[in-house]
Amino acid sequence: MQRRKFLQGVGLAAIASTAGCTQLTGSDEEGGAGVSGETLTLTTTTSTYDTGLLDEIHPGFEEMYGVTVDAVAQGTGAALETARNGDSDIVMVHARGLEDEFMRNGYGINRRDLMFNDFVIVGPESDPAGIEGMDSAAEAFATIAEEQAAFVSRGDNSGTHTKELNIWEEAGVEPGGDWYQEIGAGMGEALNNANQQGAYTLSDRGTFISQRSEIDLTILVQGPIEGGPELLENPYGILAVNPAVHENANYDLAMAYIGWITSPSAQDAISNYTMNGEQLFFPRALSEDPDFQQYVPEGWSSNSSSQ
Amino acid sequence: MPLDPVALLPLFIETPFQEGYVRSIIFVSLYVSCTAVVLSTLVSIPVALVMGFTEFPGQQFVKSVINTGMGFPSVVVGLVVLFMVSNQGPLGAADLIFTKEAMIMSQFVLATPPITAISLAALTSVDENVRDAARALGGTRLDVALVVIKEARYGIATAVLAGFGRAISEVGSVLIVGGNITSADGISQTRTLTTAIQLEARQGQYDTAMILGAVLVTVVLTVNAIVVRLGDEGAMNR
Repeated sequence: MQRRKFLQGVGLAAIASTAGCTQLTGSDEEGGAGVSGETLTLTTTTSTYDTGLLDEIHPGFEEMYGVTVDAVAQGTGAALETARNGDSDIVMVHARGLEDEFMRNGYGINRRDLMFNDFVIVGPESDPAGIEGMDSAAEAFATIAEEQAAFVSRGDNSGTHTKELNIWEEAGVEPGGDWYQEIGAGMGEALNNANQQGAYTLSDRGTFISQRSEIDLTILVQGPIEGGPELLENPYGILAVNPAVHENANYDLAMAYIGWITSPSAQDAISNYTMNGEQLFFPRALSEDPDFQQYVPEGWSSNSSSQ
Repeated sequence: MPLDPVALLPLFIETPFQEGYVRSIIFVSLYVSCTAVVLSTLVSIPVALVMGFTEFPGQQFVKSVINTGMGFPSVVVGLVVLFMVSNQGPLGAADLIFTKEAMIMSQFVLATPPITAISLAALTSVDENVRDAARALGGTRLDVALVVIKEARYGIATAVLAGFGRAISEVGSVLIVGGNITSADGISQTRTLTTAIQLEARQGQYDTAMILGAVLVTVVLTVNAIVVRLGDEGAMNR
């Protein structure tokens, strides 16, 4: 008799856990998909964190599900590495190449395009290298290298750093020498550093706007939002940590988060978030045409150049 | 709360942040550092007593390990603790990464060597006559130890303060293992005064960073003053 009860218990537990995965059990508590009281660890980039966007939009999610979101700000490289070790449940980053590698290696699942803004090349108003108004980022970088004008590089394996290295490659320049300084720090620090020494740097528009009042740098080459080159596009993606790799990853809550942040209301909140009167991020999760490309790592199909 | 210094802040300066934010950061800083220092002290004093009162093989080696520990770089401690508590690490199942407990662990590792070394110096410098007298009066080993600890309490208090100073002013390791997290309502989870200052400086908010720096210095000075005061009262009651 006892044994039968035990077996019943095991069976019930197995059914419950399978059902839990597919969320068929519904919810006992109001307003939560069985995730109430849990904590979601989100690793994200300094560029999203420092703009204050997450502080603005997270209360809505936390309230709806009765959960807490622990947002840890790291460079894109570090954010993905933390997730690779199973120390976060979800990642919000902006380096499609690194994201795709993460997905291809099986660590991530259900990647979605989230939002975008763009990169801008900023520098002192005096513009010693004379790059103002150029319509090619690579050309601007090549000119900076030619003039040996001071350039501050994040040098921290972040999304911005990755983009910067792409542009150098495009420009056919191997950066180095006294004028090229890798500071190994976040975007805010890079902007301050460049400001102090009148140097050029590559910044995401969001961080630049949020810090504009503190610094004397100005935008010299615009990104695609203001009609600049496509190369300076800055797309953000969100991806859940694969529960098949890290079974302690909070997959249910991660998917709740992805569902929520790609919903019309959260996407509206993103586009309504402004600083100094300027919109920092442009939502991209909602689309009239289905965009299956967003799930697919680059290189998996013949026409896959989303960058 | 009869005296809440944070509530007084706006009288002196224009504060660019919410009171609850600063208060929770101070709380996390003090909670993590004080817990770590208390745990360190509980380990350090017995170790220092054993080191000071007995002789055993390898004693010099242990001593040099402790002395090396005093100068051990805190970021390396942070990395090691990160490897321990990461999901891939031996303590991964305990889910400690990005928590106060992980920060306490790293500060414990940082604070223990200085507390042990300075306590040991204080204990060994207690006059030999005191021990002899205690022994002569028929004291057990425990009695003798208590008498010596009492004599050395100034030195031990200095040791604890040194450990506290190392713990609370530390930024590298708590940033790595704690993650510098606040919840969305602006209440600190694992953000300490030091990591908050680092964050503000990173964003170029130097005013805010300076204010938080002043708060940190005030907190450290206050704790030091309280400990010194306690020592003085102890001396008067002697």
